[in-house]
Amino acid sequence: MNYLYIVTGIAVIVSVIANREKTRKAFEIARERVVKIAPAFVAMLVLVSVVLFLVPDEAISCYLGADSSFQALLLASLIGSIILMPGFIAFPLCGILLTKGVLYMVLSAFTTTLMTVGILTSPIEKEYFGARVTIIRNATCFAIAIVVALITGIAFGELF
Amino acid sequence: MKKNRGKNSQGERDTKKKWSKIIKIAGISGYAVFLIVSWMVGFEPGKEISYNFGSFSLDMLKVLPCAFILIGLFEVWVKKEMVERHFGEESGVKGYLWGILLAGTVVGGLYVVFPVAYSLYSKGAKLSVIFTYMGATAICRIPMTIFEASYMGLKFTIIRLCVSLPLVIVTSVLLGNYLTKRNYEIMKGK
Repeated sequence: MNYLYIVTGIAVIVSVIANREKTRKAFEIARERVVKIAPAFVAMLVLVSVVLFLVPDEAISCYLGADSSFQALLLASLIGSIILMPGFIAFPLCGILLTKGVLYMVLSAFTTTLMTVGILTSPIEKEYFGARVTIIRNATCFAIAIVVALITGIAFGELF
Repeated sequence: MKKNRGKNSQGERDTKKKWSKIIKIAGISGYAVFLIVSWMVGFEPGKEISYNFGSFSLDMLKVLPCAFILIGLFEVWVKKEMVERHFGEESGVKGYLWGILLAGTVVGGLYVVFPVAYSLYSKGAKLSVIFTYMGATAICRIPMTIFEASYMGLKFTIIRLCVSLPLVIVTSVLLGNYLTKRNYEIMKGK
């Protein structure tokens, strides 16, 4: 996590040297964004704090952890394909789940399908691209997400 | 007639928004009251939930400001117009590169992307470039990627980008070429 502070620090310093006014504007944008996302963020934290109390850690690591990685992968990618959730909420949520022992590859399947596959948005997509292309695109993206998740699993040593 | 209908649905949306806001506020204040009462009477589950909430919030707050400052800097320094100008003019590999760059600047979900895809198409961009653009908006929007790396770690993000980007480009080119042969057209939507 430390490199995040370092990168941010360097970026801010460089930006201030280059243009003080623009940097001020960047901070304004940042503040606006935080304020805008805050209610949804608090709601997410409230829900997660309750749900993770009701669902014991053992159950999470049993169903979403190393013991059943493939079922978890499939489940996560299906959920990710169906639901709509802004990434600004999804990634922090995944960060919490990570500390609870959920595998990187499961979270990868979830976030990648969340971003690329849209079953709920498919009616809109169909109006622009037609049914056939919509199906092809979503199916391809689903397959890509699975590949990404598996390679993530290999890279983090979760598969072998 | 049409205007009226638009007004009505606008009104409906407003009441819907208002209700979801009321429900949210009620839920959160109910939650707060529950935690306070739990602490007063020593109700263990309530205490534990408040520990959960506290530690999660702390974890989030460590990352959130940095992520949003980076996003702010990105938006100030990278002008969307600059990228758009190059898009479509450049052909070959450069076209794809600009497509991906343009995708990086998008704010919003897939539903924002469809209309843009249509307008690119009507301006004469190649189908394969448009599909690359659409795929890339989903996987490498810069603000999203900053957020992802902040919470999941840089390694996670790099793996995801290195694997998914080439796959998206290859499948987009295949799909684009296939459809171009079949005289496929992107529709205007509704």
